[in-house]
Amino acid sequence: MAQKAIREYDAKSILAKHWDKYFPDFTYAYETVMVQNGSELKEEAKSKSWLKEKALVAKPDMLFGKRGKNDLVLFRDAKPGDVSLAKATSWIDEKSSNEQSVYFSFDGDTPTGDAKVDMLTHFVVEPFAPHTQEEEYYISATCVGDDDMLYMSAEGGMEVEEGWDEKVTEVAFSITDTEEEIAKKIKANIPKDVAKKDKEAFANFAIGFFKAYRELNFAYLEINPFVMQGNKIELLDMVAKLDDTAGFMMVEEWGNIEYPTAFGMEAKSPEVAAIEEADAKTGASLKLTLLKPEARIWTMVAGGGASVVYADTIADLAGIEDLANYGEYSGGPTTGETKFYAETLLDLMTRKKDPHGRGKIMIIGGAIANFTDVAKTFTGIIQAFEIYADKMKEIDLKIYVRRGGPNYEKGLKDIKEAADRLGLYIEVYGPETHVTDIVRMALA
Amino acid sequence: MSQLFTKSTQAIFWNNNKTAIQRMLDYDYTIKRDTPSVAAIVAPTSFNKFEKFFFGPDEVMIPLFKTTADAKAKQPQADVLLNFASFRTAYDVTMEALNLGGFKSIMITAEGIPERLARGMNEFARQKNVTVIGPATVGAIAPGAFKIANIGGTIENIVNSKLHRAGSCGLVTRSGGLFNELSNIISINANGIAEGVAIGGDRFVGSVFIDNLLRMEANPEVKYMLLLGEVGGTEEYKVIEAVKAGKLTKPIIAWCIGTIAKHYDSGVQFGHAGASANDDRETAEAKNLAMREAGIHVPTSFNNIPEIISAVYHELHAEGVIKDIAEPPMNVCPKIRRSKEFICTISDDRGDEATYAGFPISSLATPDTGKGIGDVVSLLWFKKQYPKWATDFIETVMKTVADHGPAVSGAHNAKVTARAGKSVVESLVTGLLTIGPRFGGAIDGAAKYFKHADDNNLDPKAFLKYMKGEGVPIPGIGHRIKSLKNPDLRVTGLMNYAKDNFPSTPLLDYARTVEALTTSKKENLILNVDGTIGILMVDMWRALGYPESEIDEFIESGTLNAFFIVGRSIGFIGHILDEKRLAMPMYRHPTDDILYDVPVAEKI
Repeated sequence: MAQKAIREYDAKSILAKHWDKYFPDFTYAYETVMVQNGSELKEEAKSKSWLKEKALVAKPDMLFGKRGKNDLVLFRDAKPGDVSLAKATSWIDEKSSNEQSVYFSFDGDTPTGDAKVDMLTHFVVEPFAPHTQEEEYYISATCVGDDDMLYMSAEGGMEVEEGWDEKVTEVAFSITDTEEEIAKKIKANIPKDVAKKDKEAFANFAIGFFKAYRELNFAYLEINPFVMQGNKIELLDMVAKLDDTAGFMMVEEWGNIEYPTAFGMEAKSPEVAAIEEADAKTGASLKLTLLKPEARIWTMVAGGGASVVYADTIADLAGIEDLANYGEYSGGPTTGETKFYAETLLDLMTRKKDPHGRGKIMIIGGAIANFTDVAKTFTGIIQAFEIYADKMKEIDLKIYVRRGGPNYEKGLKDIKEAADRLGLYIEVYGPETHVTDIVRMALA
Repeated sequence: MSQLFTKSTQAIFWNNNKTAIQRMLDYDYTIKRDTPSVAAIVAPTSFNKFEKFFFGPDEVMIPLFKTTADAKAKQPQADVLLNFASFRTAYDVTMEALNLGGFKSIMITAEGIPERLARGMNEFARQKNVTVIGPATVGAIAPGAFKIANIGGTIENIVNSKLHRAGSCGLVTRSGGLFNELSNIISINANGIAEGVAIGGDRFVGSVFIDNLLRMEANPEVKYMLLLGEVGGTEEYKVIEAVKAGKLTKPIIAWCIGTIAKHYDSGVQFGHAGASANDDRETAEAKNLAMREAGIHVPTSFNNIPEIISAVYHELHAEGVIKDIAEPPMNVCPKIRRSKEFICTISDDRGDEATYAGFPISSLATPDTGKGIGDVVSLLWFKKQYPKWATDFIETVMKTVADHGPAVSGAHNAKVTARAGKSVVESLVTGLLTIGPRFGGAIDGAAKYFKHADDNNLDPKAFLKYMKGEGVPIPGIGHRIKSLKNPDLRVTGLMNYAKDNFPSTPLLDYARTVEALTTSKKENLILNVDGTIGILMVDMWRALGYPESEIDEFIESGTLNAFFIVGRSIGFIGHILDEKRLAMPMYRHPTDDILYDVPVAEKI
């Protein structure tokens, strides 16, 4: 997936790093720290005196919004703007010590839908920035269809989200627009509610913002709100996604960027992480998502398109309750890579028997390959069978194979012979059988 | 352009991906193409000039170039670029080709080109009216005409799936693997495909479904179309609009895969990078429903696609829209082929009679053929039939350089060796080994430096200054005794011949202006025979239409010296035979002709 969310702290750090290039007429203090607990904050305070001198704001930095409504923004102790370092420290320690419930949608101030429960592990701490409502603005940019969109509003904060259609000015840009054309369009579309005296400065900031969005390969960039006081800018809240395919060109510009797992999402299992690591090292493609590891149908499908068709068919014929995983291997992986992928799956599926006492099913599927050598990849699968044969028999595993492509006759013959030799149940089909027909057979 | 490719379409293949290129050539042979579908390969880091591939049982050579620009200049008819560069360089390669121009379509295989670059590249191609297939694709195929790289898989699968000859379906998919699968399904349930494109799995691809379907609508070979979409994006709605607007009138069968995605939140990525629904309109269900409502043939699931294909095909067949296809004859690629160790491109001894560049020896050898040694040289050295003025010039040169008396170092060496009792061949090579930068080499040097000066528009003064900077005397200038007043008649002869017979002599004309300057400094600094030959050879090649780069290669590879070697061998052999005839004894140099100055070696 090309678009990846990053932390607010990292988004601010990237902008701060390139501030003078994009916003030469504005200043930004870049007073912000990210910590995981109170003692880290105290440690930061040794080198950053503003943490001791200024009133602070603290909030979790874990890719979710609506932190105010979830009561997860610390900006007052007795009254707004009086949070000391000691208070922030104790608050962070408190919030990070046990699981928190976070709601992602609200109707007014009432949460809707289910809360996600997880530990808070990352917090951002900044100075409290006193300002008037009039000084708050909204700006964001992303790509919609073929165009880049810039969204601007004279009002920031919650008001924008709740009154989007009336309050936000949208401007579309073609990918081929020149800097001059972009600047002209932005100047012509400054939200009418921006005070006359601030219009020029707002346009100036928006032009720099949009240029930073484009040149730094953001996929999404939002500041809501930013505060403009003369030439002084405060970035109160930011949301950003990067186009990670541009990573190889942006090593210098982005610095060391981490792509965190969303709050409430299960942390990646070591198996999934291992597959991701293997995927990153090969020119081939190895992907694995665990949907329901205790379920009884496991897929090992070659090809991005075929894997989806198999998943669709299993959902249609068996329902998703029985589908344990989604994944694919493609692009001509080596025998070793395929063996590793198969071992990972076999390890996961043989850990427990089906709770309902049914046998488990392994679908080794795939379309007719263009260039992946079927015999070579199947050799890897066979090697994994040899290691896991006993465990496979314990869970009463039935294997259904369907594949075509270079060297498929040999691949199919080899896997059949190996399974027979190891005493495994297997049915093997070639391109004469419809690609997903083995799902029907397996479920019959 | 209603057809993406024809049977004469040729491609430039960027990256020397031997397996994929061999697959293309196997396909070409199978469908009986006249020419290989790959005209050139761009391999930036290779120093080879060509790569060998099998074309059926035989081998062919496909030229290698370091840049797309070079490849395009040499193979201007190749209007497809197959960009197999990595995601790091694929963008640059595409942009360079778009700027060069002359490409109708560009296929890009890399997955994960930065999105902003991909969008800019796709838009630029659109403005230039170039069809981009990909990125992140296995390619496209026009069965019976042209196939990109690995699409269709092995040749066995291609024939099984009837991808070796045109059928009636226009096939467009995102996925490359399912493209193959559907080709197979269409061959089983209908009569194969007329044209097929896998548009690629990245979020931003060049040509999208609608671009390809509109082209297929205009292609009379396509009678109906099959579209396989995916969850995510809104491209299918453009197809729906076109159907409603009457721009797509041929029957369309369509299905979007990824119906499972609705069961999971957006954290699970099913399939390609482009496959992620951002709102309800982008789900597979919504798109399948909308297409069905627009009158497109939409199955109930992927499993039902075969039935629908069969129904649409048989209806069109019954209506007479689709006619029966006669299966065309095809070649069969041999299973076992052995690569050749040596390559010969100049002569062939396999037929009834050996040939020189295609000409039987008997058609060149006897006087009644009108051919001379110059013709033989032009055939065996240059693989071209030179006109008479050029072959006569070659002979004139060889005759002119045949001998220059016994005192020159090469002849002297040959004579000394002959007197030591060695054979003709041993004595000859001793003489020949003397030929180099100082003996005979002035021909090469003159051609090289005078051409350099002329190429860079150096006036004679600047040229002299340049040569001074190089620290070498100008090759081809100067004679021991001859001068303008006492001209070397060999030079006069060559110049007169050129004046009377060459279409033009620009380099000689330039050299004469240099000579005017050098002789004004010293009487004997004339253009000598070596210089005149080297310079006139360049003029000959220019008049014959050789590009400058090829002439530079002739000079670099020592072709000019070769004329001297052949010519002077005649003289050397004469001297050797002379020694044998005279039965001269072993030669020992008189000691009084040697300056002895031998101090005792110092101890270190």
